[in-house]
Amino acid sequence: MAEEKKKRILKPIKDFPLDEYIASGHRACQGCAEVLAVRHVLKAIGPDMVLAMATGCMEIISSPYPFTSWNVPWIHVAFENAAAVGSGVEAGLKALRRKGRIPDKNVTVVAMGGDGGTSDIGFQALSGMFERGHKMIYVCVDNEAYMNTGVQRSSSTPFGASTTTSPAGKARPSGQNTWKKDMTAIAAAHNIPYAATACPSYYSDLMRKVRRAAEVEGPAYLHVLSVCPTGWRVPPQTSIKYGALAVDSGVFPLYEVDHGVWKLSRKPKNLKPVTEYLKGQGRFRHLDEGMIALIQERVIANWERLLKLCEATGDKPAQSGSES
Amino acid sequence: MTKAMDQILWHEVEPGGVITEPGNASSYHTGTWRSQKPVYIEEKCIRCSRCIIMCPDAAIRPDYDANIVTWNFDYCKGCGICAEECPVDAIEMVEEG
Repeated sequence: MAEEKKKRILKPIKDFPLDEYIASGHRACQGCAEVLAVRHVLKAIGPDMVLAMATGCMEIISSPYPFTSWNVPWIHVAFENAAAVGSGVEAGLKALRRKGRIPDKNVTVVAMGGDGGTSDIGFQALSGMFERGHKMIYVCVDNEAYMNTGVQRSSSTPFGASTTTSPAGKARPSGQNTWKKDMTAIAAAHNIPYAATACPSYYSDLMRKVRRAAEVEGPAYLHVLSVCPTGWRVPPQTSIKYGALAVDSGVFPLYEVDHGVWKLSRKPKNLKPVTEYLKGQGRFRHLDEGMIALIQERVIANWERLLKLCEATGDKPAQSGSES
Repeated sequence: MTKAMDQILWHEVEPGGVITEPGNASSYHTGTWRSQKPVYIEEKCIRCSRCIIMCPDAAIRPDYDANIVTWNFDYCKGCGICAEECPVDAIEMVEEG
């Protein structure tokens, strides 16, 4: 290594502020990609925000009394009503601004919930929020089961995953035997201005989507896949890798629905086989070839449907992700 | 600095259990969880900052003056994401102790 190399200089990262809005010292498991997703979302929005958060992992790891990890105004609410509380905060801020009680500056209202708090328990409040058209962002950090209580299945758990309430065994060889609820499509079906999927493994895409969501007039929905090493039974250091694999295999495609126009954010030339994603995950360990083929078939069908939707609604060509 | 739950006396609790200091979880050091420790190899590092971006605990910070990245071992849980994600293997995980 004697040759003279150009000296590399550490430079500030573009569009990535160093201020932390979720302080170190939170008690997330090692390698938690969910708290990483939250970190990226908060960085993209900045300090002028109010965060309403449903019960879930992110609540219990950030606020064991007398501690709090939050450097932004944060409201903890019950499982079902993060979206409703966010709506109230948004309406309240609007009224106070109109009466001149608070400075007239833009405050982003964010509601956040896990997959259980979004697709199961908080579903009704979420739908109501979309319907009333509040200008706020709902972020679903999806780790595909109720992880904080010990890996119970949710309606967001994918087919074939073994959880403590859908264990794989003789009676039910697949583990979870229903398919993952497509929350982003449900959100898009409310005709809201912006709905998108994202993954912290592709952080610049995630942060761009958050900024876009804060910009649009009306409700925005972000579905963020966050790998949970504890519940997915993967080594903690691989959580970023599995997030990227989920995207590149088409299991969790990254797309956005901006005012009814479907657009792929990342379009791999060839989808990786799902076995690459399933392999190594303890929750999929029991799957036999037939079930893997079934999953592969479904992933391809969904991907093709997505391509068709993009083609049918978008007049612009699909863009590839800005970050690899 | 906030005391741990079992060290707070009843009359020290704020009315309504209010927490008055934002981000005070930083007084709890998660570094004690660590069983493996990242070791930074400065010569290999290409300064891409990916480790800073991908650290779930925000324990990696840039030091622009020294032109290196530094770990805050009070918070690093030793998950190994930085070592796994480093494109040039400039971070190695070693057994703690």
